[in-house]
Amino acid sequence: MQVTMTVNGEQVTRDVEGRLLLVHFLRDHLALTGTHWGCDTSNCGACAVWLDGEPVKACTVLAAMAGGHEVRTVEGLEQFGELDSIQRGFMHCHGLQCGFCTPGMLMTARALLDRNPSPSEPEIREAISGQICRCTGYASIVRSVQWAAAEEAGTRTSADVGSPP
Amino acid sequence: MSFSKLARETTHSFSKLARETTQRFVDNDLTPMGHGRMLRKEDPRFIRGKGRFIDDLQLPGMLHLAILRAPIAHGRIVSVDVSAAEAHPKVKLVVTGAMLAERGLAWMPTLSNDMQAVLATDKVRFQGQEVAFVVAEDRYAARDALELIDVEYEQLPAVVNVRAALDPSSPVIRDDLEGKTDNHCFDWETGDKAATDAVFARADVVVRQDMVYPRVHPAPLETCGAVADYDAVDGTLTLWSTTQAPHAHRTLYAVVAGLPEHNIRVISPDIGGGFGNKVPIYPGYICAIVGSLLTGKPVKWTEDRAENLTSTAFARDYIMHGEIAATRDGKILAIRTNVLADHGAFNGVAAPTKYPAGFFGVFTGSYDIQAAYCTMTAVFTNKAPGGVAYSCSFRITEAVYLVERLVDCLADELKMDPVELRLKNLLRPEQFPYTTKTGWVYDSGNYEPTLREALRIADYAALRREQEDKRARGELMGIGVSFFTEAVGAGPRKDMDILGLGMADGAELRVHPTGTAVLRVSCQTQGQGHETTFAQIVAEEIGIPPADIKVVHGDTDQTPFGLGTYGSRSTAVSGAAAALVARKVRDKARLIASAMLEVSVADLQWDKGYFHVAGDPAKSVTIQDVAMRAHGAGDLPEGIEGGLEAQICYNPENLTNPHGAYICVVDVDPGTAVVTVRRFIAVDDCGVRINPMIIEGQVHGGLTDGVGMALMEILAFDEGGNCLGGSLMDYLIPTALEVPDWETGFTVTPSPHHPIGAKGVGESATVGSPPAVVNAVLDALKPYGLRHVDMPLTPSRLWEAMNGNPQPPI
Repeated sequence: MQVTMTVNGEQVTRDVEGRLLLVHFLRDHLALTGTHWGCDTSNCGACAVWLDGEPVKACTVLAAMAGGHEVRTVEGLEQFGELDSIQRGFMHCHGLQCGFCTPGMLMTARALLDRNPSPSEPEIREAISGQICRCTGYASIVRSVQWAAAEEAGTRTSADVGSPP
Repeated sequence: MSFSKLARETTHSFSKLARETTQRFVDNDLTPMGHGRMLRKEDPRFIRGKGRFIDDLQLPGMLHLAILRAPIAHGRIVSVDVSAAEAHPKVKLVVTGAMLAERGLAWMPTLSNDMQAVLATDKVRFQGQEVAFVVAEDRYAARDALELIDVEYEQLPAVVNVRAALDPSSPVIRDDLEGKTDNHCFDWETGDKAATDAVFARADVVVRQDMVYPRVHPAPLETCGAVADYDAVDGTLTLWSTTQAPHAHRTLYAVVAGLPEHNIRVISPDIGGGFGNKVPIYPGYICAIVGSLLTGKPVKWTEDRAENLTSTAFARDYIMHGEIAATRDGKILAIRTNVLADHGAFNGVAAPTKYPAGFFGVFTGSYDIQAAYCTMTAVFTNKAPGGVAYSCSFRITEAVYLVERLVDCLADELKMDPVELRLKNLLRPEQFPYTTKTGWVYDSGNYEPTLREALRIADYAALRREQEDKRARGELMGIGVSFFTEAVGAGPRKDMDILGLGMADGAELRVHPTGTAVLRVSCQTQGQGHETTFAQIVAEEIGIPPADIKVVHGDTDQTPFGLGTYGSRSTAVSGAAAALVARKVRDKARLIASAMLEVSVADLQWDKGYFHVAGDPAKSVTIQDVAMRAHGAGDLPEGIEGGLEAQICYNPENLTNPHGAYICVVDVDPGTAVVTVRRFIAVDDCGVRINPMIIEGQVHGGLTDGVGMALMEILAFDEGGNCLGGSLMDYLIPTALEVPDWETGFTVTPSPHHPIGAKGVGESATVGSPPAVVNAVLDALKPYGLRHVDMPLTPSRLWEAMNGNPQPPI
């Protein structure tokens, strides 16, 4: 079947099988490999992308279901060569290690900040609780989101966890 | 302007900048290593989704491989019919065990020198075992075709219970081994039985405790996979695979498949977490290689989560009986233990050859005792192979859990505070290097300040007062302490090898004419940040800023030989190699600098980044100046070759022994038995620290593992051998809601033999935290009179215990 959707602002049309998962559509058909495939059961969140502005797990959405909708992936976070503040937050606060959960975490965190610009720590933990990170123990991810929130509010004063290279 | 002059000016101004940069970012965390909390060099690609993981790879004409797995745990293969699968229009190849057997490839050696089936030929021995594979045009078609393969099994009784496996009536799992008539895998012992028995016989107090460290799984977020690309024209095989040890794998492929080693290139690209899960060679890698050999095309295999959980390296699965002897006033005298180890269907333990039980022999922990003894029996069962994984430092997780639970049981018996008991028994600084009663030499340690620092951060006295108040109100609050000594950085060649390969690591450093550098190392990062840490080590040694040092790893064609990354060995072994190779380069640079400055070598002073004439700092050359001179026109001093590069192979003198003190604070809901980890204080001593940001990250991750194992994680099986943890809906891993905001601290006791005094740290928290959590929960449950409950302390299991019916998980 033919499916047409907007991915990171660009309209794409492809012939696909009706059963094709959105995660494989993005990765195998569009070569957008930033969205990862981790568990098949919607538990790990490595495949989180936006569907019309809301985070969804692309391993349990059919590509066909995304037809006519807007999809945004981690590759769409950087705008005009400028990193999104959430991306910078993860870098500055060591919010990633192996980098496999990172794209999904970034998309969920960006969506959180869009609806709640100054989330509390429990709100951040709740927002990312549908996602698994095996490396960071989450504390640095929470700080990364707080960093981005402060950056966007113009209130960032605290020292980063790390120093620029 | 000539090129060299331009280059000299550029490098000179750049090196000046480098000096300023170095000064600007000197870490203020009291670390002697420069550049401290430098942000990671690998992050820019990951935050953009530009990491390059195995499954991201797309090669022209690439085919996809899927594996058919055994649905039962034990059964004889009667017949395999692949005709319908072969008829599928998108299928290119179907391979069975019988077909591999014709080519002598049906079996492969494990890292413990056992044999493991690549594809089953005679029997299946665990649920999820590889039976056949399909190569097809796309990943969906490959999986469709698996459904078309018809395998008839004669089902056999599954041996699941490790205690029953040695019963003479038990079915024999490994009838492939000649003359094998039971499920016995090996026996092992360590320590002095007679001396230990004597100490126990005269001790005031002996406490005995059975405890189970259940089977758990590392479950890295990226599953295992490979892309094999065999070029029939020049006979070269390129294998991209999820491996923590690319060089060791290459050698084993050469031995197993008979391909010349120089024609095999193993590439381990970005790896989405390893934790020991990606140390072994899995049948899937061999299948991918065979698939590419037979089709002439690149073949990709990516396992799904169920395959990862049911067939790849598990961890632990030890049933331990522990005994601790002490005086009435709390002096620990001896520890004795007996272990029943479940090794699954094949002995796939990834540990140095002489250490079939890994480093479990360090079960005497951090204490000054008189005697110790351990016996162990390992058995085969109808479960997946593995055993050494999940950041266990070769079984030190089990050892630390045993001793730290025993010490708490003893404290309970003696009605002593567990901190007081530990303080009374910790090794003292003047005892190092310390030889344990089981023969391990701890390189350095200063334990009491580490424990005191944890107590200070926690405000231990205040916590005990709070607990007392809460107990009076019927609330269940617990404080758990653990103290651990790790043994990481395997290892000295005289003692340690894996399948005959010495556990050394190579490093090669090239400084380019313009003063930038490439460091090539044999270890491989799975998220530990080697590209950053190793650049920092070299920067510290030769003064080139870390931004100008590229770290190359994970490609056997691009890096010197070495055994890879596991057992917290990267900084301990490859980090040492990086420092020493940089010093070798610096030594050569010194000779060139002396010619450039026209003074003798003895009159030169090194001041990170430049040589100057002693007493005349203005007369100097930078390392970048020297690099240009080393490669530039004109003669070099007599006997000096051109270029500025060096290579070494580092053989560690000993393991390094990081230690730590952990305090966990929990609340247990008396109505639901739900445990909440409210606080966790971790004070780690990993010697000289390189990048404290990265160290804290490693510790945070390990603490999360510990909470997971203590409270949630178990790979359980039913009586038929069905794995009950085959998805992330069943195998529970902590999310952000199950863990607190970690509180970390540190002390620094340098390693005396590591060139920069560093020790490994990657697994410290995974090793040290589970007993702290369990000790905390048991402390909370003091009013219930429970001395021990086995992990995982899920609400249902804990509820049973609180109601007088504690059950082991297996």
